[in-house]
Amino acid sequence: MTTLRPRAVGTPLERLDGPAKVTGTARYAFEHPVEDPLYVHPVQAAVARGRITGVDTEAAAACPGVAAVLTHRDAPRLEETGDEELAVLQSGRIAFRGQLVGAVVAADAETARHAASLVRIAYEDERPDVELRADRDDLYAPETVNPFFATDTGEGDVDAAMERAPVTVDVTYTTPMEHNNPMEPHTTVAVWQPDSPVRLLLYASTQGVHTVRTALAPLFGLEADQVRVISPHVGGGFGSKGMPHAHDVLAALCARAVPGRPVKLALTRQQMFTLAGHRTPTIQHLRLGCGTDGRITAISHDVVEHTARIKEFAEQTATGTRMMYSAANRRTSHRLAALDVPVPSWMRAPGECPGLFALECAMDELAAACGLDPIELRVRNDPPQDPETGRPWSGRKLVECLSEGARRFGWDRRAAAPGARREGRELVGLGVASATYPYYASQGSEALVRHEGAGRWTVRIGAADIGTGTWTTLTQIAADALDAAPDDVTLHIGDTALPPATVAGGSSGLASWGSTVVAAVRAFREQHGDDPPPGAESRAGTPENPDQKKYALHSFGAHFAEVRVDADTGEIRVPRMLGVFSAGRIVNPRTARSQFIGGMTMGLSMALHEHTVLDPRTGQVVNDDLADYHIAAHADVCDLDAVWLDEEDPHSNPMGTRGIGEIGIVGSPSAVVNAVFNATGVRVRDLPATPDKLLEGLDALRA
Amino acid sequence: MIPFEYRRAADAQEAVATVAARPDAVFLGGGTNLVDHMKLGVAAPHMLVDVSRLPLTEVEETPGGGLRVGAAVRNSDLAAHPLVRQRYPALARALLSGASGQLRNTATTGGNLLQRTRCRYFQDVTTPCNKREPGSGCAAIGGWDRHHAVLGASEHCIAVHPSDMAVGLLALDATVHVLGADGARSLPLADLHRLPGDSPERDTVLAHGELITAVELPPASAMTRWSTYRKVRERASYAFALVSVAAALDVDDDSGVVRDARVALGGVAHKPWRAGRAEDVLRGAPATEESFRLAAGAELAAAEVRDGNAYKVPLARNTIVAVLRDLTEARR
Amino acid sequence: MEHRITLRVDGTERAVTVDSRTTLLDALRERLGVTSPKKGCDHGQCGACTVLLEGRRQLSCLTFAVAHDGDQVVTAEGLGEVRGDGGLHPVQQAFIEQDGFQCGYCTPGQVCSAVGMLDEAEAGHPSHVTRDLAPPGAPDSPAPLDDGEIRERMSGNLCRCGAYVNIVAALRETATASRGAS
Repeated sequence: MTTLRPRAVGTPLERLDGPAKVTGTARYAFEHPVEDPLYVHPVQAAVARGRITGVDTEAAAACPGVAAVLTHRDAPRLEETGDEELAVLQSGRIAFRGQLVGAVVAADAETARHAASLVRIAYEDERPDVELRADRDDLYAPETVNPFFATDTGEGDVDAAMERAPVTVDVTYTTPMEHNNPMEPHTTVAVWQPDSPVRLLLYASTQGVHTVRTALAPLFGLEADQVRVISPHVGGGFGSKGMPHAHDVLAALCARAVPGRPVKLALTRQQMFTLAGHRTPTIQHLRLGCGTDGRITAISHDVVEHTARIKEFAEQTATGTRMMYSAANRRTSHRLAALDVPVPSWMRAPGECPGLFALECAMDELAAACGLDPIELRVRNDPPQDPETGRPWSGRKLVECLSEGARRFGWDRRAAAPGARREGRELVGLGVASATYPYYASQGSEALVRHEGAGRWTVRIGAADIGTGTWTTLTQIAADALDAAPDDVTLHIGDTALPPATVAGGSSGLASWGSTVVAAVRAFREQHGDDPPPGAESRAGTPENPDQKKYALHSFGAHFAEVRVDADTGEIRVPRMLGVFSAGRIVNPRTARSQFIGGMTMGLSMALHEHTVLDPRTGQVVNDDLADYHIAAHADVCDLDAVWLDEEDPHSNPMGTRGIGEIGIVGSPSAVVNAVFNATGVRVRDLPATPDKLLEGLDALRA
Repeated sequence: MIPFEYRRAADAQEAVATVAARPDAVFLGGGTNLVDHMKLGVAAPHMLVDVSRLPLTEVEETPGGGLRVGAAVRNSDLAAHPLVRQRYPALARALLSGASGQLRNTATTGGNLLQRTRCRYFQDVTTPCNKREPGSGCAAIGGWDRHHAVLGASEHCIAVHPSDMAVGLLALDATVHVLGADGARSLPLADLHRLPGDSPERDTVLAHGELITAVELPPASAMTRWSTYRKVRERASYAFALVSVAAALDVDDDSGVVRDARVALGGVAHKPWRAGRAEDVLRGAPATEESFRLAAGAELAAAEVRDGNAYKVPLARNTIVAVLRDLTEARR
Repeated sequence: MEHRITLRVDGTERAVTVDSRTTLLDALRERLGVTSPKKGCDHGQCGACTVLLEGRRQLSCLTFAVAHDGDQVVTAEGLGEVRGDGGLHPVQQAFIEQDGFQCGYCTPGQVCSAVGMLDEAEAGHPSHVTRDLAPPGAPDSPAPLDDGEIRERMSGNLCRCGAYVNIVAALRETATASRGAS
């Protein structure tokens, strides 16, 4: 399978978009110069459940500079309304607080915002139902969980095995609702062009221009090629820009209301907390049983999570548990409560991230319960093949990651007994956790390779760079495929005018697009040989990978964390973190390390800070800004590093890569929380780990 | 945001006269809180009178040996001032623990004192809030109350004052100089901020149109030179306090007995909270952890907690003890 | 209410008409087409809009443009211009070498903040983590700049991609180089 001979691949090329980004001249969606734009400010529902009974737009419309006011009463009708998240302003029904109920289009942003505040909406509302509990009587099993996994799995008899097991752990972990919060707000600039073949032009902040086009074109009764989406630079997404959201539709609706004029819509940070997706809260019941030798005989992982009433998103929280460790008796399940909440969606490593938080903390508990070092427990339960499918691993090097990490991190200095290491007023602890992430590669991309003459090449594919480094790394892959230097290759991405590309999601981007580019080069050589004329070009689609059905392809990793807990205040600081990864071939060590440490940093942030609060009385997101939804700041992140095993995956794709965008966040919160236990003896089972959860335990430790 | 008129004041008198004459006018200092509130609709003035460029930017020693800080002095400049660093470390540390480098470069001394609560419900105009809209109710009661007051709250408002600087100044017995339409007056900082009672819409005792022109610190003593400020927060920086403590101790070296003490708390009440009961317990007591714990307990005995903020009582207790212990150990 | 003001942006005089409600950030981005400073939160909670305003790092989202008639603004785009050579500032070069960014959206703010931060440290300004607030010697002698100091001083600039450790590496390198040279 691995056919690409690495030359540029594997070198730490500096980002090609670096100079543009450090000067701020790289253009994000809102920044493309457009002629004489209008500005959109959305109006949001002030109730979480009910229907609109009255609309008064008079004051808003009377503001000088207002070009249009839209509500469900007068907004253009959409051709399709099956996806209710995208059926914007099509009915007066309210399904969550913050839902779009109107918009003002005005000559400047200040006027639009002010006028939006003058739109009066009357509601008939009911008390919302937003509280997730495991004992709800309306939990249901979805047909599948994201993206296509079985909802429940089972093998053997977990209950009987738990009965027999001499050592057991039976615990419930919870993770809160969380928000992606990319630094660039979700923005869309839309132009309705009645006289152009491209009827709808969008500059959108998205992880996949073609995904946006595919979703939006039918809503407006357009063919795909009547919609063009442009997105060369994206200020982060972490899943929230993986699918179009309501604001994309709203921008297009507003554009249609003022044909020929560009309209600019940027969600405010506050609006992003209801309109751009989020990670569902989870309640996870973990049961583990093992012999006194630490060999696991039973694992069950039962998950309860929420979804929106208007659109189901079923996160695959327990899927990591299906393949992580050996056990003859295994069971997983997912149950959903459909609530009056905003629509959940992808957030970095949906499924694996919250799921392995619970699993890897429970493993730490099991290690303590049977008196084993937590690394040794994992080694003893490392399965020889995928427990779920029975397929051979394409490469499972978890044990190597754990050993390498233990050596580098100084794991032997960890005191086995919790609360035993004290330095001044600080309690010091070390923690470990495993990581995994499946290898995904998507079919459906195409690439166009063109020889420009004199050894210069152009490669076109509608891929995305959301900070992942695509501009650079896909150029490296193309260069090696062409046997050219990266300098001789010009890459074009981020535009539906280019050949189609799949979404940057599931850590699948570079694998999918890279395979496609390699296939296009191969087609080029077959068509044009080794001495092609200028202007020669070839196009090819993503090749099939027969190995993907024969092998279990997953990446693995080991996280290590040192925490220091202030014995008086319970403040938790993380002076050191290390991740060791097995992720196939690394295309660019410089940008890859950034992705790994970026994921780990987000994991640290999840462990200590992140928590979206829904007020059960109103269904509102209470802490909807960056002052109260804390993400890690500079001062939180100290000596944090990532390394990887030098390898290639022989079964993944021509490059031998496996995807690296998400594994950094999987397991890292567990390493931090396990370290907190080692430092203090307090087991935090409900994220985030905040000082208030430690105070009682610290008092006990002092006594 | 409603359209408004902007004026740059030529001098303090003109600024005061302009604002005093118009109930819908307000002063604009650094703007870091006011602009925020205008965007949210929390504040909707029809006129801003910019006082940030008035000649109130000096930090100077007073004839009596104290320090007079102009109201327009930026937080970062005040924290970096040599006399503040040497003589009033609690103030320097409080300033440096607040906000971020950028915000401290913009925020002014007067504006910092007058910043308003970060209560979520106060900042969200779609929810009831007696502070924002008197008589509308308090959404924080029974809501997300994790950051709310445990001391001095009322059934009308449980918000906390967010300033770090004010807590440092309070422990240092600062005085506030104010200019109003009727002339100048001074008042102890301790009297500036109010408890909510039944009128939480008023954060301070200042009348409309009164402008803070300066803050004055009394002469430094051996005790204030050893003062400090400790801010407890989840995020290691750029976060408001869960609880904070400004303190100073004067301990007799021979007997080990506390001669005098200053303790002020942040994050616990509608105003920066002077811990007078704790100070009373400390004076004359041995400088031991046990005394510190008793003092903290005396101050927090009146605490009333809710679901989400009960942790603040043990946290404030532990932090008071830790700060006093650190001060004692640092002197040895 | 419309106001005609003049800003000196990245070394060039720019006259512009703004509503009194227009923030400095929106004046730059939407009226003058200077999109280097970014809007991340619009409430002073992220640092993406940091510019050097009258030589000091400040947030352009929390101040009205009308209050800055005649003021000097330097953005990440103009750092080289203002230094005179038009090239990249050493901080920007170090960001590229150390890969101190991924998506790049917080980056211009991080860069401007870093330039302002280095100046503050050079002028002797202490930080929250400075152990000795009043060390012996002149109060304006340069403040120490170890990794902990850099992290604390840069904490007003959030980065969701998690490039912090690389940004600190870049600034460690820049600070060492500039102090070595002076």
